[in-house]
Amino acid sequence: MSVSTSTRSLCTFWLAGQCYGVDVLDVQEVLLVHELTRVPRAPAVVEGLMNLRGLILTAIDLRRRMQLPERDRSTTASSIVVRADDGPVSLLVDRIGDVVEVGPDTFESAPEATAGSAREFVLGAYKLDGVLLLELDTKRVIADPTASAV
Amino acid sequence: MVNDVDDVVAEFLVESYENLDRLDQDLVRLEDDPKQHGTLASVFRTIHTIKGTCGFLGYTRLEGVTHVGENLLSRLRDGTLELDEVKMSALLAMVDAVRDMLRAIESTGADGDEDYAELIALLTSLQSAPTAVVAPAEVAPAAEEPAPKKRASRSRAKKAAEPVAVDAAPIATNPADLVDMPMGAILVEEGLVTQDQVNIAIAEQSLGDQRVIGQILIDHGAVHPEVVEEAAKRQTDAKSNLAESTIRVDVDVLDRLMNLVGELVLARNNILQHIDGQAEPAILAASQRLDLVTGELQESVMKTRMQPIGSVWSKFPRVVRDLAVACNKHVRMETEGEDTELDKTIIEAIKDPLTHVVRNAVDHGIEMPDVRLAAGKPAEGTLKMRAHHEGGQVVIEISDDGAGIDANRVKAKAVERGVVTQLQADQMTDREAMNLIFLPGFSTAKQVTNVSGRGVGMDVVKTNVEKIGGTVEVTSELGKGTTLRVRIPLTLAIVPALLINSNDDRYAIPQREVLELVRVDGERARTAVELLHDTPVYRLRGNLLPLVYMRELMGFPPSAETDALTIAVLSADGQQFGLVVDGVVATEEIVVKPLGRLLRNVQVFSGATIMGDGRVALILDVAGIARASAAAMMVHNDENEQARLHRSSNEDGEYTPLLIVATGADSRVAIPLADVARLEEIPVSTVESTRGRDVVQYRGDILPLVRVSELVGSYGDNALGDDITVVVHAWRGRQIGIIVDRIVDIVETKLPSQRDQVNTTLVVADRVTELLDVGQVLAGVVGSLFDDLMEVDA
Repeated sequence: MSVSTSTRSLCTFWLAGQCYGVDVLDVQEVLLVHELTRVPRAPAVVEGLMNLRGLILTAIDLRRRMQLPERDRSTTASSIVVRADDGPVSLLVDRIGDVVEVGPDTFESAPEATAGSAREFVLGAYKLDGVLLLELDTKRVIADPTASAV
Repeated sequence: MVNDVDDVVAEFLVESYENLDRLDQDLVRLEDDPKQHGTLASVFRTIHTIKGTCGFLGYTRLEGVTHVGENLLSRLRDGTLELDEVKMSALLAMVDAVRDMLRAIESTGADGDEDYAELIALLTSLQSAPTAVVAPAEVAPAAEEPAPKKRASRSRAKKAAEPVAVDAAPIATNPADLVDMPMGAILVEEGLVTQDQVNIAIAEQSLGDQRVIGQILIDHGAVHPEVVEEAAKRQTDAKSNLAESTIRVDVDVLDRLMNLVGELVLARNNILQHIDGQAEPAILAASQRLDLVTGELQESVMKTRMQPIGSVWSKFPRVVRDLAVACNKHVRMETEGEDTELDKTIIEAIKDPLTHVVRNAVDHGIEMPDVRLAAGKPAEGTLKMRAHHEGGQVVIEISDDGAGIDANRVKAKAVERGVVTQLQADQMTDREAMNLIFLPGFSTAKQVTNVSGRGVGMDVVKTNVEKIGGTVEVTSELGKGTTLRVRIPLTLAIVPALLINSNDDRYAIPQREVLELVRVDGERARTAVELLHDTPVYRLRGNLLPLVYMRELMGFPPSAETDALTIAVLSADGQQFGLVVDGVVATEEIVVKPLGRLLRNVQVFSGATIMGDGRVALILDVAGIARASAAAMMVHNDENEQARLHRSSNEDGEYTPLLIVATGADSRVAIPLADVARLEEIPVSTVESTRGRDVVQYRGDILPLVRVSELVGSYGDNALGDDITVVVHAWRGRQIGIIVDRIVDIVETKLPSQRDQVNTTLVVADRVTELLDVGQVLAGVVGSLFDDLMEVDA
């Protein structure tokens, strides 16, 4: 997940009014979330389990993971399925954006603009026209929250 | 080109490993009966094949070792030498050396640096050991093949592989004769012709006769043509069975196939759910067909993963033999049901536990020969392994006819180790005591040997077996032997499960962990659950079943339903508890899928599955729930102990649960629940009398009976109906039954802190109630009771 020097494509999404991105190569697919099976006694960041064509994925509520305010429950969340060592994991986000190309020239590694606790999950920021795109550290996000608890 | 060689080597390795496994078995069998000619020939062939191939592949060290081994074997086969223990050990050592070298080849590509000079010298010296038997002249050439003839050609290998007496003759003129066992040998072995007749036929062949041996024999009138035909058929059958009816398949392919079938099963479930009686006949028929085919496919794919349990057992004769020699014991191993099939993953999983059990049995179970003789048993101990199918499970029994387990010693050891208290030990039945050996760090071996007895072991065996959903139990009779019974499921991937409902979500419980379902309706539902300390319990046929509320466990709001109670009686670690659920949905075959990393620590779930409607359902981990519900476990483990602790802290004004029973017309007696082991209804007709004392046969024991009126001196005796109600009380390691008229209730009440020696009177639920101090009263009234019974027993 190191930041490469050449141009990369990021799959963008929105979370609490902020634009984030994940390398498209890490993304298996994006989809709307229909049904989740909740998991009692699970860590709070686990929203539930979903059936993706016979695969059972753990769905992580990204807002909760990044300690952002709770999502409005009346809206349907979208899911970004990212590949991980342990099999794919679903990240629940507010809305999916476009895939954008970014170059190293717009990158800044220590983003001042990031809200406090969310900073640990961000690799850096791309300063695009009119918007600041934060690249998500998916490995961090997927790691066991109890292991990296503050 | 390099790859080709690698393939050849890989094939050589796989083949050789298999051969070696069989070799171990054959050699041990030979030790029992050194005269088994067929087995000896098979051993010889195996070694010869390995030697030939490794010579061809250029593994000279390996070839060197196998060569001297082969020479020794050929002498044994010819009868020039007799097989004895020294030679057997040397041959087994050779097998080990070959195995080591094969491993070296596998990991490094070369056959290692060790030259095994000592082993080779030993094998060579054994070959020339003076023996009275003189080699028959015609056998000599094959046996005395000059030693360093490397790169033996394939055809030469075949020829040398042919057994004994016919070896010297050039009989390889017909392809059929190239099968491992020549026709002549088959016929001689079956007693159809004599060796002389065959020798004559061979002689004719060597003089240029082009006919095959069988034909010559027929022409000589020595044997009927049909007999030869039949033998020839068997000869070719044996060949084609081995070579053509099996193929090797990568396990990964099978795993993938299994996954796909799992998906198909789910799709089938899904379709069946959407098709009801009103569907078009054509679709209905098609779906039924799909159902059928899927079921059969599932079964067949499962079968591909099935292996006979013999594939694990085949290693045990060798283990037993080596161990017996090391311990100076004589042990014979018997197996039964080695073709019982099990899923490959399960076979892998039970290999180590079984090995451990076998080692234990030889090391600790079976006594030294002199001890055995003194005990009136044959000097040779027997270790029996049996396997069979039983209700969707495989049962493996390992029994020895050794010393057995001394329940009292187990108890003493357990107390000494602080595993249980003296009190608990006293109350334990022998059967319960036996199961103590499965506790961590427990060993009753008098001495630690280098084989076993270090106290790690049986608990690991139990854990490993339970990991795959199996159970272990031990039964033993002192002086007669021990039997260990392992029950394991046939397969792990697709399991039948009970689907239950809680807070509108569905959960699956593997059927093997569900003992029964209990549903209580109406008024009873409100009163059926009682509290023992703080643990809710349900009286299931007189046993107190601790309850775990699913909703409480999962953090759901309590159910609004009060008119019905659904309890799934579950079993984990041999203990039972009831899971109170909202309802039971169905039973279904589910495909078990693991949970993601984030959820691995949620101990109440063992996995997840996809239901017919595509939704995900969690699979409950019954053992995990038992652990998570510490309260339930408390009742399980030390029901009585905990209760006693509780009672002794009465002074703090805590509540004590009491069992209220009625005696006579209207007097009431309270018995501390802690003193109650069970409540039983016993038919009057089963009550017997001995020495003026009523007794009843109960769980394989004699249960003496006392009337509660006898204890509290109330009058008005029981008006006997068909059944009597008995409160079973554990007392000084025995059990005693107290006959009461009626069970009234269980209440919790504060006991007065100052109690006099005898019985105390309480007011419970507005009734004057006499509190029975069972232990004390029994000691006074029936002190000699058990002494009497002991005499009766004797």
